[in-house]
Amino acid sequence: MAANSESNRVNVKEMINKNKNGKNMSNLTDAVVPAILFMIALISVLTTIGIIYTLLSEAIEFFRRVPIWDFFTGTVLRPLSQNPEFGILPLINGTIISSLIAIFVAGPIGIMTAVYLSEYATDKLRRTLKPMLEILAGIPTIVYGFFAFTFVTPVIRAIFPAVEATNILSPGLIMGVMIIPMIASLSEDAMTSVPNSMREGALALGATKLEITFKVVIPAALSGIISSFVLGISRAIGETMIVTIASGSSKNFTFDITQSMQTMTAYIVEVAGGDAPAGSTIYYSLYAVALTLFVFTLMMNLLARYVSRKFREEY
Amino acid sequence: MKYVDASLVKKRLNTRLLKNSLFKSLFFLATLFGLVVLAVLIIRVVTQGIGWIDWNFLTGRLSTDADRAGIMGPLLGTSWLMLVVIPVTLFLGVGTAIYLELYAKKGKLQSIIATNISNLAGVPSIVYGLLGLTVFVRAMDFGNVVLAGGLTLSLLVLPIVIVSAQEAIRAVPDHLSEASYGMGATKWQTVKNILLPTALPGILTGAILALSRAIGETAPLTVLGIPALLLPFPEGLFDTFTALPMQIYYWTLDSSLVDEYAYLASATIIILLVLMFLLNAIAVFIRNKFQHRY
Repeated sequence: MAANSESNRVNVKEMINKNKNGKNMSNLTDAVVPAILFMIALISVLTTIGIIYTLLSEAIEFFRRVPIWDFFTGTVLRPLSQNPEFGILPLINGTIISSLIAIFVAGPIGIMTAVYLSEYATDKLRRTLKPMLEILAGIPTIVYGFFAFTFVTPVIRAIFPAVEATNILSPGLIMGVMIIPMIASLSEDAMTSVPNSMREGALALGATKLEITFKVVIPAALSGIISSFVLGISRAIGETMIVTIASGSSKNFTFDITQSMQTMTAYIVEVAGGDAPAGSTIYYSLYAVALTLFVFTLMMNLLARYVSRKFREEY
Repeated sequence: MKYVDASLVKKRLNTRLLKNSLFKSLFFLATLFGLVVLAVLIIRVVTQGIGWIDWNFLTGRLSTDADRAGIMGPLLGTSWLMLVVIPVTLFLGVGTAIYLELYAKKGKLQSIIATNISNLAGVPSIVYGLLGLTVFVRAMDFGNVVLAGGLTLSLLVLPIVIVSAQEAIRAVPDHLSEASYGMGATKWQTVKNILLPTALPGILTGAILALSRAIGETAPLTVLGIPALLLPFPEGLFDTFTALPMQIYYWTLDSSLVDEYAYLASATIIILLVLMFLLNAIAVFIRNKFQHRY
């Protein structure tokens, strides 16, 4: 026994010594690891800087060749003609019109869906419906583009023959379907966070569920609903494949939704996919358009955050 | 009883209740609208494409002849892309999440990084394509190869991975890491031995969902100039490639010239959707299996 405890004591001493050395090693790791992790975390900041730097530096080169005023006020976009003209207004026009069509579809339907899920549906029904709706958001946009081009457009043209084979209407509608789940789920979050005491107060005064919805819940959740709209529009502005496939590449400056129009994103695909030689004005126009797109979506995203913070009701 | 006339109240209440139930049905129909479109889309794609899927379609080479065309090339291209996206996003995403959750001091820098990540999530995917084109394809001179495409997609889905990894790490109960510190473990030992293994299911779930998003992304690839030609199969990170969504894109565009291409596009969409469905199923499986096991 004595010998045993003797050897034990030695072992402990050795262990302590060993641990001390080991501690030094792990002290070193503990000093180095935060630095490494910090550098990894900086990658996301570098990505942003990279995006802004590439867009800005190439766009500045573009504005050396094409005056910035002409770019933002020009209604004619003819990058490939003999006397190329670079007016971005046709693209902005197409982008805004398609996004407006999308929000006209997704806004009302999204809100009604949110109302149904948060005010009317039973827990069980909500738990089945919500994941099914979320599938809509997970479908790749190329699939929606295919659907808009090969199904929705022919159906529309069967009813209204005047609609062109590529038009802004059908991709707009399908983009609307795509952003329904986003608007529905953000609005539902806003509505479920309205405290029940407010609903019960209205109920006690004799209001029906419908009256509670329109006079209590929606006003109280308005900031969340508006910010979901803004985010939905931002998503529609940045959406690419649906419009690239189904809305054609005519650079029309028109408000006629039956016609083909091009959006900023579709222009980028067209020019980058074609062979715009590096260094040509067309090549640089890519970055000027992308910069405009980036600023548009960034402003919408900041606006959404501002609205939901500024006008949030505190309970 | 001067103030309340029961019959009058009842009469009014009836119309109000009727309105309520009418609107309830309207709201329900609105909820169904998206699902109906989804059903039409899927039925349409499946009925068009299912007949074209056979062994030859899965393993054959691309061909302009619709009857002989196969999608082995795009399938391999997509697999190669995933071989880049998985390790890169896991490494960068989990690293960033660990830093933000466990190491960063609550201060300006940390809030800059966090705000930046939420802004990055809102940047259109096509802008990432331009970043990839400028940085990876041209500046680093990779060309439009697997590595350039994979890195571009990694940066694109990085915010999703970071946010879900942060949530997974936050969900690990404090007493686990406290016990580890109590045993004399250092911070990194605690992270490596306790926090990461416990958070792993959550991290994997988020990573798989990000991956299924990356599989379907088309816009950045079109900007990188990824072709859909009759290419030799990609065999490494520096080979040119094509991917499933790119193939769908070209077949859809050309379907106005050759009718059969629409069916080929449908068949490829089925394969793509099945892949995404499998990935999502794996994610759900991991989440259910490992939920609350500490």
